[in-house]
Amino acid sequence: MGASMPVSREAVVSLTLILALLAGALIAQASGETFYVTLATRIAILALAATGLNLALGLGGLVSFGHAAFFGIGGYACGILAIHAYNGEPMILGLPGTQTMPVIWLAALVASGLVAVAIGALSLRTSGVYFIMITLAFAQMIYYFAISWPAYGGEDGLSIFVRDNFPGVNTLKPLPFFLICFALLAAGLFFFGLVRDSRFGAALQAARQNPVRVAALGMAPFRIRLVAFVLSAMMTGVAGALYVDLNRFVSPSMLSWQMSGELIVLVVLGGTGRLAGPLAGAALYVLFEFLLGGMTERWQFFLGLILLLVVLFARGGVVGLLAGRARHG
Amino acid sequence: MAEPALGVAGLVKSFGALKATDGVDLQLNAGEIHALIGPNGAGKSTLIGQIAGTLRPDRGEIRLYGRDVTHLDASGRSRLGVARTFQVSSLVDEFSALRNVMLAVQGRSRTSYRFIRNVMNDRTLVDPAREALDRVGLSKRADVPASELSHGERRQLEIAVALALGPKVFLLDEPMAGMGPDGSRALTGFLHRLREEAPILLVEHDMDAVFALADRVSVLVYGRVVASGTVDEIRNDPVVREAYLGEPAA
Amino acid sequence: MQIDLLIEQVLNGVQFGVMLFLMAAGLTLIFGVMGLINLAHGSLYMVGAFACAAVAAATGSFWLGLVASLAAAAAAGAIVEVVVVRRLYKRDHLDQVLATFALILIFSEGTRWLFGSSPLYLNIPGALSGAVSLPGDLDYSLYRLFIIIVGMAVAAGLYFLIAHTRLGMRIRAGESDREMIAALGVDITTLYTLVFALGAALAGLAGAMVGALQSVQVGMGEPVLILAFVVVVIGGIGSIKGALIGAVLVGVIDTLGRFLLPAALHLFLPASQAASIGGSIASMLIYVFMALVLVVRPQGLFSANA
Repeated sequence: MGASMPVSREAVVSLTLILALLAGALIAQASGETFYVTLATRIAILALAATGLNLALGLGGLVSFGHAAFFGIGGYACGILAIHAYNGEPMILGLPGTQTMPVIWLAALVASGLVAVAIGALSLRTSGVYFIMITLAFAQMIYYFAISWPAYGGEDGLSIFVRDNFPGVNTLKPLPFFLICFALLAAGLFFFGLVRDSRFGAALQAARQNPVRVAALGMAPFRIRLVAFVLSAMMTGVAGALYVDLNRFVSPSMLSWQMSGELIVLVVLGGTGRLAGPLAGAALYVLFEFLLGGMTERWQFFLGLILLLVVLFARGGVVGLLAGRARHG
Repeated sequence: MAEPALGVAGLVKSFGALKATDGVDLQLNAGEIHALIGPNGAGKSTLIGQIAGTLRPDRGEIRLYGRDVTHLDASGRSRLGVARTFQVSSLVDEFSALRNVMLAVQGRSRTSYRFIRNVMNDRTLVDPAREALDRVGLSKRADVPASELSHGERRQLEIAVALALGPKVFLLDEPMAGMGPDGSRALTGFLHRLREEAPILLVEHDMDAVFALADRVSVLVYGRVVASGTVDEIRNDPVVREAYLGEPAA
Repeated sequence: MQIDLLIEQVLNGVQFGVMLFLMAAGLTLIFGVMGLINLAHGSLYMVGAFACAAVAAATGSFWLGLVASLAAAAAAGAIVEVVVVRRLYKRDHLDQVLATFALILIFSEGTRWLFGSSPLYLNIPGALSGAVSLPGDLDYSLYRLFIIIVGMAVAAGLYFLIAHTRLGMRIRAGESDREMIAALGVDITTLYTLVFALGAALAGLAGAMVGALQSVQVGMGEPVLILAFVVVVIGGIGSIKGALIGAVLVGVIDTLGRFLLPAALHLFLPASQAASIGGSIASMLIYVFMALVLVVRPQGLFSANA
């Protein structure tokens, strides 16, 4: 079996990146630099969101320019549940709010998944540039809805005041909260790896390359892509909930087209379709923002330049650089 | 008499003003090879596309063992047992030869919504796929990406993929194209035996292969079936000789 | 409800639609001819608005500003095409999206660098200020009417250009067969630069004209770009006619929705609730319309390659 050997090099790179994130946070904590723990938390959350996108974009070739919709819906699921619990006011149907993270994650999962079913069913009727424009447009629709709906802060967003809790963990401290986010990222990456190597992943990757062939083998590309799109959105949705707990704040900017663009940047910068691509991309992005942002207010100008150079001249992303080209058994 | 394996009735397909398929009736019976011949542009591949479900006919009906499948798409027809090969090899290029065939095994067993098990360790996929590769003589190239296979090997892989579907009907669109004399001869022998597994609708330009293999031949010209019969009948049909074989009666 | 007010809203919708058409026409041409998705089209809109505002402020003439907006956007478009975009024609859509997303970052931050973060203001020129009396005792903003007329003139000009000129013939040939037109000896590289600069100039013109109605600021282009995408999805890729009809439909539906929905809800809801709920639903209306078009005709209403 020639399949096992080339895979392992990517596995080594992936494992190294994951452990580096964990080590970075632990070292920062030990030296009392909790700011860097928060930075690592931000990397973990963005990496989880981008890993979700990587499922659709990397494996399925679905260039969704609307994943901010799911990131934001997960965020609002968190914000709305938390604020109702905080105020003690019931939501619609008399349901109570909650500040328990696993329940919030479940709500984020369900909410983003349901919206993804609707958006996916419509936008997957098309492909190519149409798909890009339509996902972008639907995300913008939700963005405008959030702005014009006054109940949860409208344009100003919504503060949740206190971070939600997790049974048996003090989430108010940076390191325990980081560990929660890190564990979810690890779970997300594990799930991505499973899916990639599974029968479903085979069908999805084949549908990206040759949908006519896949249909001739009795598998409907539309349905395969829709399932991938929904799974992808759910993972990004959970990341959105964590992001709100990190910032204790949710606003329409989580739903904006810039956010969608950034998620794509994270995936491609790290390596499209690669297991640890989104993690590498998120780490690079956050560090870049931190270092360059410390030097100049105009850091996005330089981000744009670098991104342009990467797209034009350096394809394959960070993981492509470290682990060589992707191999398929 | 039993239902034909494949029955095509009154099929019409136009592209703008061009009638690519113009009222085609066709039958493929169990155990036979039915060859479809005709000059370039006669509409052979368009017809295969409609039978396989990638093209939607404007009118007409397609039945598979008596069951009307006209409304089904390509994946639905594949699930009912239609396996096709493409005129221009259409494979999953980044996948190895083995994984291309494994995908067919997976499609046949309708198990594409499994998310956990690694396909490379899954003997229910790997074993049948290796067997199909073995049958077409491609075992040694199992781990080579489809994009790196030679033209002839890609034609063989197309056949292996079709075999792995375990179909009830084969639609083979010019399987010999570009194979060279040795490859063609080997494939001819292979198809001769294959008809016992499932009947074959064979589009082919290689007349030696057609006359050696076919139980019946239909001649398609400008989207119409101008003649249909046994090999001898077609060989001696003056209309066919003029319209297609392009030679005066010799 | 006064019928005058309704007609005014319809005209506002048409004006909005015409402005969207100027954006969508360039997008759809660039898609159709070069197969490129250009996210930075909104940046060219912004460039036009800033050029107009800056030149108008310096010279006191809106008209010079308008000329400057055309020139600046066309020049920016040509430079971007030569330096970046022509490397993307053969790339996949993902690369195009990323590279033009990067261009947005560069344009936006670059403009902030040059002009600062506070918005610029552009006044409606004296000759076009005030209202004009339309038949049926209706007073309507002369400037908005001017935008409608300019947009319609551009639509007619584009139609003439594509249907009746040599350049248009080349554009149509480029759409159907790139190799063929290259084989005929037409300089396809120059043709592409021209088409891109033309699309950019239209975007710049839209930005400049709208700049006098709203403030001129960084980030003004992208919301319009996304609406133009909706227009292109509805109208069909590559179709100028589709872009025009789609744009006017989107403009009118959006404007009337914002006007009529709160009023309609007020029939059975208190005023404040009707306003907020009506406004929220109205903001989603055009996307719902797009979804309906997708269900009925996924390739758009007037797709060039249906």
